[in-house]
Amino acid sequence: MNRINLLGFTYLRASRKGLFTFYVQIKRSVDSKALQERQRQQMARGLPKQKPIPGVKQVIVVASGKGGVGKSTTAVNLALGLMANDMSKSVGLLDADVFGPSIPKLMNLKGNPELSDNNRMIPLTNYGVPCMSMGFLVDDVAPIVWRGLMVMSGIEKLLRQVDWGSLDYLVVDMPPGTGDVQLSITQNIPIAGAVIVSTPQDIALLDARRGAEMFKKVNVPVLGLVQNMSVFQCPKCNHETHIFGSDGARQLADTLGVTFLGDIPLHITIRETSDRGQPVVISSPNSPEAAAYRTVASAVVQRLQKVSS
Amino acid sequence: MAVGILDVDLCGPSIPRMLSMGRPDVHQCDSGWVPVYTDTQKSLALMSIGFLLEDPDEAVVWRGPKKNALIGQFVSDVAWGELDVLLVDTPPGTSDEHLAVLENLKKHRVDGAILVTTPQAVSTGDVRREITFCKKTGVRILGIVENMSGFVCPHCSECSNVFSKGGGEELAKTTGSVFLGCVPLDPLLSASIEEGRDFTQSFPDSATFSAISSISQTLLNSLQTD
Repeated sequence: MNRINLLGFTYLRASRKGLFTFYVQIKRSVDSKALQERQRQQMARGLPKQKPIPGVKQVIVVASGKGGVGKSTTAVNLALGLMANDMSKSVGLLDADVFGPSIPKLMNLKGNPELSDNNRMIPLTNYGVPCMSMGFLVDDVAPIVWRGLMVMSGIEKLLRQVDWGSLDYLVVDMPPGTGDVQLSITQNIPIAGAVIVSTPQDIALLDARRGAEMFKKVNVPVLGLVQNMSVFQCPKCNHETHIFGSDGARQLADTLGVTFLGDIPLHITIRETSDRGQPVVISSPNSPEAAAYRTVASAVVQRLQKVSS
Repeated sequence: MAVGILDVDLCGPSIPRMLSMGRPDVHQCDSGWVPVYTDTQKSLALMSIGFLLEDPDEAVVWRGPKKNALIGQFVSDVAWGELDVLLVDTPPGTSDEHLAVLENLKKHRVDGAILVTTPQAVSTGDVRREITFCKKTGVRILGIVENMSGFVCPHCSECSNVFSKGGGEELAKTTGSVFLGCVPLDPLLSASIEEGRDFTQSFPDSATFSAISSISQTLLNSLQTD
């Protein structure tokens, strides 16, 4: 089993049957730093040019690595939290999870987007947040069975063919994993920062770490880590149980040297309001859960200011 | 019973960690790559990209064609030996990994798919798409499992439906699929997985264990009736 490090990625080459034919050459260098710099420059040369979305000031991606940790719920409540903290800000929501688009459900939005005069899709708006999702373009039960190239093309449309208007922030709900969608987005538009969501479990943190590493590789600043489903409080006896472990995300943030943006508890209200399409930040604005999201939102704004200066 | 697990979640390979496999080397033999066994009796074989990465924290940022190629190798070039069941753990979604697995297994036989959902609407919404995917690709749906279904407070035994309840069962009904059962949200199961311990050995008397047992038995029965 040969492992070759090329351009910062590990390629696997089978030593029998020659099934892999796409590795080109192996660079050897005594000075690994010079090698890394050379690799970075080569990578930058080959990449498509990043073009900002007109009218959108800052793009924040919400990613995780692992599925099922609450990315979409966090993205939705983060977007609403940003607005709740500062009513003068305009925030949009882009659902880049083409395979499992959750934003329509979470934001209680349905229907096909209309086209503007210049043939762009008009986002559907609820709670003052314009939203775009693959979920608006396909049937409820239809699977999106797309290979990489189609996904890239679909993402391109969601980014460029939408009439976003003027936005201070565009929050992008990423799909789980570290693949085509993530690459397509980071190569296509400049991203102000990435928020990584994880539960306290090691399994989720392992993937969150990979997610953070991916962003470092493509030069996207990691704004910080959010620890979701941190603790469950029994509604009857108030006993706290750390169902998914405790504080793992906080520790990972320390280890990776990224900011810990906040804890979101595992609370029935969050799930109930999500299922109803009435995110907790606007349906129960005075609840501790809504406050938790707003805390994360203000930490995100602080980090954005630091990173962009 | 000899069981193999093929972990095709290339971006987030969790199985080696859950089975406490560490990072053993993958060896080759005449018939291909030797899967990693969890015990000396070779009752559970595992292959995952987790064993092939130099750095365990490395991000696998691959586009489709590379993923397809590796999955093709996992299916054709691993010397699984004689197995009663091969379980394939797929990532969320309906993309390259799923298509690659089905295409490569076409020349063999895919007995069916088990779909796992949590009870809440955003999850069942996505799994509904997975069901359509299975129907379109001709994969038999062996059944639906409702995971994280209810949490019993260890202090007062009050059951809270943190992620709602019944969504998986409802989904099975509306799509005409078999409902395999509910697995509760159990911190002991979560902790066992974290530590790579065998939950079935450590907590054989728990409600979670009996839920998982019953699901396994139903599955075996339906596989045997073919």
